[in-house]
Amino acid sequence: MKRFLISAFSSVALAATLVACGSNVKLNDVPVEDKSSVVNPAVDPNASSRAVAPVQIDATDVSAAGPANTTKIIYFDFDSFSIKPEFQTAIDSHAKYMAANKTRKMAIEGHTDERGGREYNLALGQKRAEAVRRALGLLGVTDAQVEAVSFGKEKPAASGGSEDAMAKNRRAEINYR
Amino acid sequence: MSDIRETPAFGRRAVISLLAATGLPAFAQFRVEVSGVGLTQLPIAIVAFGGEVQSPQKISTIVRADLERSGRFRSVDTAGIVADENTRPDLAVWRPKGSDALVTGSVTPLAGGRFEVRVRLWDIVRGQDLGGQSFTVVQADLRLAAHRISDFVYEKLTGEKGVFSTRIAYVTKAGSRFTLWVADADGEGAQSALASQEPIISPAWSPDGTQLAYVSFESRKPVIYAHDVGTGKRRLLANFRGSNSAPAWSPDGQQMVATLSRDGGSQLYALSLTGGEPRRLTQSSSIDTEPVFSPDGRNLYFVSDRGGAPQIYRMPAGGGSADRVTFSGTYNISPAISPDGRYLAYISRVGGAFKLHVMELATGTTTPITDTTADESPSFAPNSRLIVYATRQQGRDALMTSTLDGKIKASLAGASGDLREPDWGPFSR
Repeated sequence: MKRFLISAFSSVALAATLVACGSNVKLNDVPVEDKSSVVNPAVDPNASSRAVAPVQIDATDVSAAGPANTTKIIYFDFDSFSIKPEFQTAIDSHAKYMAANKTRKMAIEGHTDERGGREYNLALGQKRAEAVRRALGLLGVTDAQVEAVSFGKEKPAASGGSEDAMAKNRRAEINYR
Repeated sequence: MSDIRETPAFGRRAVISLLAATGLPAFAQFRVEVSGVGLTQLPIAIVAFGGEVQSPQKISTIVRADLERSGRFRSVDTAGIVADENTRPDLAVWRPKGSDALVTGSVTPLAGGRFEVRVRLWDIVRGQDLGGQSFTVVQADLRLAAHRISDFVYEKLTGEKGVFSTRIAYVTKAGSRFTLWVADADGEGAQSALASQEPIISPAWSPDGTQLAYVSFESRKPVIYAHDVGTGKRRLLANFRGSNSAPAWSPDGQQMVATLSRDGGSQLYALSLTGGEPRRLTQSSSIDTEPVFSPDGRNLYFVSDRGGAPQIYRMPAGGGSADRVTFSGTYNISPAISPDGRYLAYISRVGGAFKLHVMELATGTTTPITDTTADESPSFAPNSRLIVYATRQQGRDALMTSTLDGKIKASLAGASGDLREPDWGPFSR
């Protein structure tokens, strides 16, 4: 039962701790700004030995402008990772824009429909994002300008399990930063 | 911990416990629904604890609920009987009630807002004192003390460790708000560890039960954090170019294996928790993800579509050649290995339905154990007797527990709520 007693002290210690999130891991990417904050940390000496300190993350902002009149969403067929011909014009337009704006960066966010596991879908969404990244790369967009990431099935564009909704969810979104 | 009088447990039996659950504050209370054919249940009498009337938590009620929900015990009526741990039971009174065991105890308020909780367990059949325990706790830990008493009784009577004082982490989605919760194993007392406007997936308890690693999309890409749930202090573990996901702790808690796409495809990498470059473990042009260590730390089970469709493979933890583990079906994902190393739980797509399966690793015998069609994310209880998983019932996401044979299930879902990604924590210390 030592842990029951120890808790009172650790609670006090943590009250003094602001959540400063730094990793010891060397990162080869721009560090994420940690907007988290510990809300209402337990300072009560009568707090449970298993009190959980709640952390709140603020909403993140999105997307800057890109080329005008060009879709930022590339749709994919079921179980497919190849870019359909009808989206080639949009890919060309984004590539030209990036070539003309060498300091701009973009994220390509891959998404899947709702079927299947979350992690496996994350990997499938990554394949879609990578497909778009490679297509842009062939047109001269440098790797330094583009990051391909995946949201898997976590951020559907349309809700529900209808064929129509799932078709809208199998996509890669281009977000300028 | 004091005053534990050890006595040999009687009767080593096959035991199955059921997680019950509850109390997600924002939603309706969890409900436990036990269905399926029950096992032989041990009749047990749990008498109201001395001093319990004045206690903020009715210890005997919590213990009774824990033991009944385990599916292993049947509670015998003790209405009107008052006894505490110092009272030697009159066997002539208890034997006719048909109870094999008797739990007595007391709750005593101490100075400074603390309480002393005492318990004693009796074998009515043999007229033996099976031992006792006492706990001194703050009021907020009275429920925990009750769960520890349940663990004590369960272990004495079944010979196996109980999981009543363990914790479960899971994620809810309400509107656009995602919350990572930590709840008692009976589902009560859920506490928010993290609230975010962006998705949170794949929580994984550290082996010592103090931290949760998870994937957060708060920076508009998946990155891996390790989060000390007691202090709320978070540490960014993997934020490499591309996606960072599927964190798995090694059993010794010294390293983590995760899926990174830094080199283009989703591949497995070993990450030292103290820093340094990730070491690539798989070298395929396919998807390799959802790694999980074998309990001895020697092997990794993971999902790969190297054969054209996702299947579960096993390879040495340091990398090397992989052996395929699942052979039936064309979509087998989300492996979980029981802490005793005997079973693999995973999700298999069968005719469009995603169903929880359990494979006995020694024989390869595989059994689907649910009637539902959208099962996800299995995780074993630390005593290897139960699996918690997410599924969908009546159009809603829900958390369920099941015995490994699928015969006894409990729904941890309330009437509403969107629950997913459960991970069962280790035994508490």
